[in-house]
Amino acid sequence: MSTTTDPDTRPDGFRLGMLINDTRYRSYTFQFIALVLLILGLGYLISNLLDNLARAGLNISWAFLGEPAGYDINQRPIEYTSQSTHARASMVGAINTLIVAFLACISATVIGVVAGVLRLSNNWIVSKLMSVYVEAFRNVPVLIWILIIFLAMSNALPQPRTFRGDDATSSMLFDAIAVTNRGVYIPSFVNGAGSLIFWIVVIASIVGVFWYRKYAKKVLYATGRMLPTFLPSLGILIVPGLLAYFILGRPVTLEYPELSGFNFKGGIHLRLSLIALWFALAIYTGAFIAENVRAGIQAVSKGQTEAAGALGLRPGRIMNLVILPQALRVIIPPLISQYLNITKNSSLAIAVGYMDITGTLGGITLNQTGRAIEAILLLMLFYLVVSLSISAIMNVYNNRMKLQER
Amino acid sequence: MKKTVLFGALTVAGLAAAGAQAATLDDVQARGKLNCGVTTGVPGFGEPDANGVWQGFDVAVCRAVAAAVLGDPMAVEFVPTTGKTRFTALAAGEIDMLARNTTWTFSRDVDLKFEFVGVNYYDGQGFMVPKALGVNSAKELDGATVCIQTGTTTELNLADFFRSNNISYEPVPIETGSEAVQLFTAGSCDVYTTDASALAAQRANFANPGDYVVLPEIVSKEPLGPLVRHGDNEWGDIVRWTLNALITAEELGVTSDNIDELASAPGSNPEVNRLLGTEGTLGEMLGLSADFAKNAISAGGNYGEIFANNIGESTNIGLARGLNAQWTEGGLIYSPPFR
Ligand SMILES: N[C@@H](CCC(=O)N[C@@H](CS)C(=O)NCC(=O)O)C(=O)O
Repeated sequence: MSTTTDPDTRPDGFRLGMLINDTRYRSYTFQFIALVLLILGLGYLISNLLDNLARAGLNISWAFLGEPAGYDINQRPIEYTSQSTHARASMVGAINTLIVAFLACISATVIGVVAGVLRLSNNWIVSKLMSVYVEAFRNVPVLIWILIIFLAMSNALPQPRTFRGDDATSSMLFDAIAVTNRGVYIPSFVNGAGSLIFWIVVIASIVGVFWYRKYAKKVLYATGRMLPTFLPSLGILIVPGLLAYFILGRPVTLEYPELSGFNFKGGIHLRLSLIALWFALAIYTGAFIAENVRAGIQAVSKGQTEAAGALGLRPGRIMNLVILPQALRVIIPPLISQYLNITKNSSLAIAVGYMDITGTLGGITLNQTGRAIEAILLLMLFYLVVSLSISAIMNVYNNRMKLQER
Repeated sequence: MKKTVLFGALTVAGLAAAGAQAATLDDVQARGKLNCGVTTGVPGFGEPDANGVWQGFDVAVCRAVAAAVLGDPMAVEFVPTTGKTRFTALAAGEIDMLARNTTWTFSRDVDLKFEFVGVNYYDGQGFMVPKALGVNSAKELDGATVCIQTGTTTELNLADFFRSNNISYEPVPIETGSEAVQLFTAGSCDVYTTDASALAAQRANFANPGDYVVLPEIVSKEPLGPLVRHGDNEWGDIVRWTLNALITAEELGVTSDNIDELASAPGSNPEVNRLLGTEGTLGEMLGLSADFAKNAISAGGNYGEIFANNIGESTNIGLARGLNAQWTEGGLIYSPPFR
C-alpha cells in the first residue's frame, strides 16, 4: 500500500513553505511547535522552583542518601542497622512495600473471586452474606479498616508475658504458633546440610504437577480419555519431597518461637502492623474485586451455561471450564487497577507503624534530613515504576487471555 | 552550554515571578492572627481544654507572642503538628512559629535552616515501663518492644542508646503521642520513651498512673524551645525577646498581679522600666509598641507563673522546676539583659 503514496519526490525537493502548506509536513510542524512550547513551559516551572529553593537556601542535593540513617527499622528483610545509609533504609522500606503489596494482591484476588462467585450463588443466605461483605467493605475507607483491625488486635489479643510461668493465661497453638498483641510468631525453616537438594526437589515437584496437568489435557483433547488429576497431582507434589527429606537425613528442620525475656524469639515474626495492613488491604480490595468478578460472570451470556448444562457438565465444571475463562476477559482489566490501588494504598502503612517506603524515605528520612523535595521525587519515581511494572505484567497476561481469533 | 543559556533566560523570568520574601511581622499584622504550630495534644504542654481553647506551657509562648505583636493573646490560630509534619509546616510558611516541645539540635538549626530563639524547657529523654515488668534500669531492656514517635530526636537517641549498650530492641514507630499512649497502655509495647516531661504529662492522664514507673536513666539532652524559619531575623528577634521578657519578668519579680501597677509609671528599678516600656525605646527597636513585653507577660503571667499553672507541682502533672529554675535559684533559665 505504501508504494502508492510518494509519487512526487521532486529533485528540487523541499521548500520552507511546505512546512505549513504541505499536509505531509504540517502535522509535524505543529507537533514540533507544541513540543518546544511544552519544554519551555516545563523549563520555566522547574527553573522557577530551583530558583526559589535556592533563595530559600534549599538546594537540591542527593548527598543525604549516603549518610547514616541513625534510626532503627523493625521489619528488616535485608541487613540493616541504624548505622546504614538513608539509601539502605529506603531500600528496606521499598522491599517492605513490595512484601505487603504482594501478599495483599494475592489474598485480595482469592477473597474477591470466592466472594464474587458466591454472590451469584442460588443459596439465598450465602449470596446475601456476600452482598453484606461487599457493601460493608467497599463503603468504608480503607484507612479506617486498617486502624480498626490494628486497634482491635492490639487490645484483644494477649500480651507475650501472659504466656509465661505456671499460671500462664495464654498458650501457643499446637505449641508452634503464638498469637500475641504484637503479632503472630510462626515456626521458620532452618536449612541444614543437603537442604538445597531438598528444596530443588520440592520446586521440581511443583513444576511436575503443572506439567502433568498439561499432559492430561493433551491426552483429553487428543483421545477424549480423561486422566485422573487429583490423586496423581497430590502424589507428584508430596512423594518426591518426602523421599528426599528422609534420604537426605532431614536436612530442613523447624525453629519454633520461644518466649524469652520480653518477647518471643526465634521463628518468623509477622508483626501486628503487617498483619493489619495486609488484612485490611486484602478484604477492602477483595470487595471491589468481587464486584468485578460478578460483573465478569454476568457478562457471559446465560446461553453458555445452558448449553454447557445441556452437554451434561456439572455446575462446578461449567463455572471452571466455560464461564470463568470467558469472564476473565472482562475481569482482568479492572483487576489491574485494583492491584495498582493496593500498591498505592499500602502507603497508608504509617498509620499502624509499618515501615514501608513512605515510612522510611518519605517519613523518617525526610523528617530527619529535611530533604522533602528529593525524598518526594524518589517516592514518586518508586511508585511510578512499581505501578507501571504491574500494569506491564498484567497486560501481558491480559493479551494472553484475550479472545484468540483464529 | 546551550541549556545554561536557556535556563539563564528562564531564571530572569523566574526571578520576576517570585517576588521578595515578605516580612513575617507584616504578614501577621495584616492577618490579625498569629499562626502557631503546636502538638496534637500533650497534657500540660499543649492541648485544647473542654471548651476547645488551647492551653499549656508551650501554648503560652504562642499567646505571649500574639499579645506582644497584636495586643491580643487570643489572636492565635493553633495548627496541630505531629513530630513528622512540624518542620514542613514551618518551612513552608504554614505557621509563623513552632512552639511544640522541639529539641534544639545542630542539624535542625543549621541543616533544616531554622532558628531556635531560646529554651523554655531543659529536658532529657526518659523511659517508662509498667511496674509489673519489674524493670529497674533501662539497661535491662534487652529484647523489649519500644513505642516511639517517628520524626523525633527520641528515635535517634534510642538507636544510639541501645547500640552503645549492645542490647537489642524492637521499635514500634507511631505518628502521634496519643496513639503511642494507647498502644503502650494496651501492652503492645513494653516501653514508652520520649522527653521526660512528656512522659510525666501523659502518665498523669493514664487511668492508673501508679501502675507505671519512669526509669532513672535520662539518656539525652533535650533543650526544648520555640523556633522560627531562617531568613527573617526581625521576626526571630520578636519571638526571642518575647520569651526573654517572660523569663526576665520572673527574675525581676514582675507578676500578673503587680504588672499593671508597675507599668503605670516608671519605678525605682530601671530594668523593670525598660522591660515594661516606661523607659527607653526597646519596643520600638523591635518594630512593636513600647508595652509589648507588658502585653506578653499579662497574657499568662511570667515564666514561673506559666510553669506553675500548667505543669508545676500543684498541677496533676507535678513537674519540679529542677533545671528549669531561674539561674539565681540554681537552675539554667537565664535571659540576657533588657538594655
Ligand atoms: N523533643 C523531641 C520529641 C518531641 C515530641 O514529638 N514529643 C512527643 C512526646 S509525647 C509529642 O509531643 N507528641 C505529641 C504529638 O504527637 O502531637 C523532638 O523534638 O524531636
